[in-house]
Amino acid sequence: MAKIIVVTSGKGGVGKTTTSASFATGLALRGYQTVVIDFDVGLRNLDLVMGCERRVVYDFVNVINGEGNLNQALIKDKRVENLFILPASQTRDKEALTIKGVAKILETLRKRFEFIICDSPAGIEHGAIMAMYFADEAIVVTNPEVSSVRDSDRIIGMLSSKTRRAVQNLPAIKEHLLITRYAPKRVTSGDMLSVEDVQEILAIPFLGTIPESKSVLQASNSGIPVTLDKKSDAGKAYLQVVARFLGEEPPVREKKGFLTRLFKN
Amino acid sequence: MSILKYLHTLRPKKTASIAKERLQIIVAHERNLRDSPVIEYLPKMQQELLEVVRKYTEVQDEDIKINIEKDGEYEILELNIVLSDENQ
Repeated sequence: MAKIIVVTSGKGGVGKTTTSASFATGLALRGYQTVVIDFDVGLRNLDLVMGCERRVVYDFVNVINGEGNLNQALIKDKRVENLFILPASQTRDKEALTIKGVAKILETLRKRFEFIICDSPAGIEHGAIMAMYFADEAIVVTNPEVSSVRDSDRIIGMLSSKTRRAVQNLPAIKEHLLITRYAPKRVTSGDMLSVEDVQEILAIPFLGTIPESKSVLQASNSGIPVTLDKKSDAGKAYLQVVARFLGEEPPVREKKGFLTRLFKN
Repeated sequence: MSILKYLHTLRPKKTASIAKERLQIIVAHERNLRDSPVIEYLPKMQQELLEVVRKYTEVQDEDIKINIEKDGEYEILELNIVLSDENQ
């Protein structure tokens, strides 16, 4: 059975689209049939980050409205087997998405794919709710920074109240905390919230961190998901996150220095 | 208190710990609001309570505050009426 995963955050600019592109690419690299859907109707950008902006003919809203079929709208990635992109419409607004319309498309995609990644728009309005509504699991992307953490908490609240699983009293959405733009040196110097701080405040299971990295901008500049850049620290971190998500690695443990261990006991 | 801990308190607070404290307070507050049920009769009850109090003493609309808080298992209805100086 296919899994629907929403990548969400509340706040904009924290790395939802980068994460959606990298995570979907990582899953496809592992051999899973994967599709990544851009829910940001009116402000589509996943196509640019994935480097397929010139191949968009039909989009998500066209398919909902029956103006084109799903196979015409799905773009097959040229670099990675098993990876498909469903672009958002650029000329419509988010109200064009309806629960019924989204349900119909996801139902069809479920038959063909193993993972369906939903790239949520920023905010807490209709578009963000449509992206999370049918999710089985959620990746909450958070920067170690006050406004991002607060907005993530808001989104976590919505995951447990505004989604299909919440409304129909089904088992709750499985949540994962992903901390992006992490700078361990600044954490050590006391100027950035640590993984433990963010995890303590948000209180959802921790999936991983992605370091602040030049390679993320370089990747989006060239339209190549950062997971395909073998030299990139962020790319490697995303691959680790995918492995951990698939349950292959033991959960990350805090690396403690010799002195910390000595004094803590 | 160990010497290490004592030395720690002497240092100025780093911004990350300020951020953490502020977040813990605001997030707890907002979760409380989120979890407290929306009680539809609250505005009407507030109005009627105000009318009852007005039978006995003069109070302004803004002098009455009503609030529901959730404290673990319990819900606490808090009613605050500020009496003007003349009545005391």
